[in-house]
Amino acid sequence: MSDEPLVLGIETSCDETGIGIVRGTTLLVDAIASSVEEHARFGGVVPEVASRAHLEAMVPTIQRACETAGVALTDLDGIAVTSGPGLAGALMVGVASAKALALSLGLPLYGVNHLASHVAVDIVEHGPLPEPTMALLVSGGHSSLLLVPDVTSDVRPLGSTVDDAAGEAFDKVARVLGLPFPGGPHIDRAARDGQITIDFPRGLTAGRDMERHRFDFSFSGLKTAVTRWVTAEREAGRGIPVADVAASFQEAVTDVLTRKAIDACREHGADHLQIGGGVAANSRLRAMARERCDRAGIQLRVPRPGLCTDNGAMVAALGAQMMLKGREASRLDLPADSSMPVTLVRA
Amino acid sequence: MVILGIDTSTSAIGVGLGRDGETLASAQRIDARGHSEHLAPLIVELLRDNGLVPRDLDAIAVGNGPGPFTGLRVGLVTAVTMGHALGIPVHGVCSLDVLAVQAGRPEGELLVATDARRKEVYWARYAVGAGSVARLVGPAVDRPADLPQEVRALPTVGRGPVLFPDLFRDGDQAVLDVDAGVLVEVVARRLAAGEAMPVEALYLRRPDALTTAERAAR
Repeated sequence: MSDEPLVLGIETSCDETGIGIVRGTTLLVDAIASSVEEHARFGGVVPEVASRAHLEAMVPTIQRACETAGVALTDLDGIAVTSGPGLAGALMVGVASAKALALSLGLPLYGVNHLASHVAVDIVEHGPLPEPTMALLVSGGHSSLLLVPDVTSDVRPLGSTVDDAAGEAFDKVARVLGLPFPGGPHIDRAARDGQITIDFPRGLTAGRDMERHRFDFSFSGLKTAVTRWVTAEREAGRGIPVADVAASFQEAVTDVLTRKAIDACREHGADHLQIGGGVAANSRLRAMARERCDRAGIQLRVPRPGLCTDNGAMVAALGAQMMLKGREASRLDLPADSSMPVTLVRA
Repeated sequence: MVILGIDTSTSAIGVGLGRDGETLASAQRIDARGHSEHLAPLIVELLRDNGLVPRDLDAIAVGNGPGPFTGLRVGLVTAVTMGHALGIPVHGVCSLDVLAVQAGRPEGELLVATDARRKEVYWARYAVGAGSVARLVGPAVDRPADLPQEVRALPTVGRGPVLFPDLFRDGDQAVLDVDAGVLVEVVARRLAAGEAMPVEALYLRRPDALTTAERAAR
């Protein structure tokens, strides 16, 4: 093995079959097969549909990744896989496939945490992670603030959502507004033509809540407030200004996310904030975070949208870090752990 | 010709090895929720105990199910990924066919019924001839009480009779789970006969979800 380990990463925690290949800190390929269109007709991700799609997509996606990168499987130095958290049945397809590669090729296997991977991916985009980095991870399954002294071994959760994930709120509000699944990109697009005309609630930002839940999030009340507002307008016989509702809702979400993230940076002396997860693709979140970080003297790092959503590159990136830092590999009886705690970086 | 067999269609995680049509060894662990933990270590042990390394394999045989989905997929994705990594073919067979061969019955008819959860069984009906076992009906998934009385009365292998002793009265307790060594024999025989054996998950049920259109129609 050269100084630069060649690592293949597998991600199947939700509805994307992601295969990435990284050499050291250089991304060679990020191949994705998504089942999102199959889920659209159900109005949300159906775990069994996702799991079936992973099985069908696995070998073709591995093949495509290797061809694109010009890498043979026998060139690899290690295999990394998301072992949790995520949908149990979906995770199991990736974990089993990763073990099959590791045992067939005689390679070390690293079962890594999905959330830590979302942080590590920025290494292949913007270079080494400052230690510590503050990370805000927002997706359909997660909304977390993490203090990251070392992404291969030390990830500390400061707060997370107490109810819905931010991306889930986007999906539910989209449904209320008659916009398609997944809600995030559709609300983002609709909001561009809208004005912030409605002052929707900012969850867990008031006095008492700030004592107990300073770095936690809550989006369920916001979702209910939007639903009530839309219902009241309909009952009053008025049309729904979809663009304005989308813009106002989006403003409420991004306001809370960025406000708490910057507060966390200040509290913990982190001068770098990294945003990841599918919601990090939201244009308003990116713009507001940029503005507020500049004002606070905090360096903002956001990977390109394709590396914010679930992908295999992030898993490979974290696996390569594990190898570079000489971390111990996982055992072949590694379980898929749907509720893997974020403090466990490698299972 | 060395073949590795894998079956995860039942609560057993089964692996087997065969050389030139003869079983070298097989092993299994019973753990209805542990397919993903146990399978890879079982394969490594089986190869090592028989003085083999993965590169010695010439083909892989896998049970296509039917079986509980999550466990079934562990075996299938392991088989196809190993096949790809090693550059060797992967052959799939209906797991119930393997149980029918394991039954080792004299000539006559036979029922295979396995646990499909939700108070249902996966089943298929077979004709056993001189040196042959042919599937007549199935595979299908049903409530056992919905099978015709004369079908339920047949000699039965698989866990169906353990779960529903009142409905399957002629159960053979010696043949409950797939023996992946026998799976390898079945594949070797079909290969010799020139049969194509595609790998395909036999789910027999749709995913449990309603589309937005179906929800609206309710």
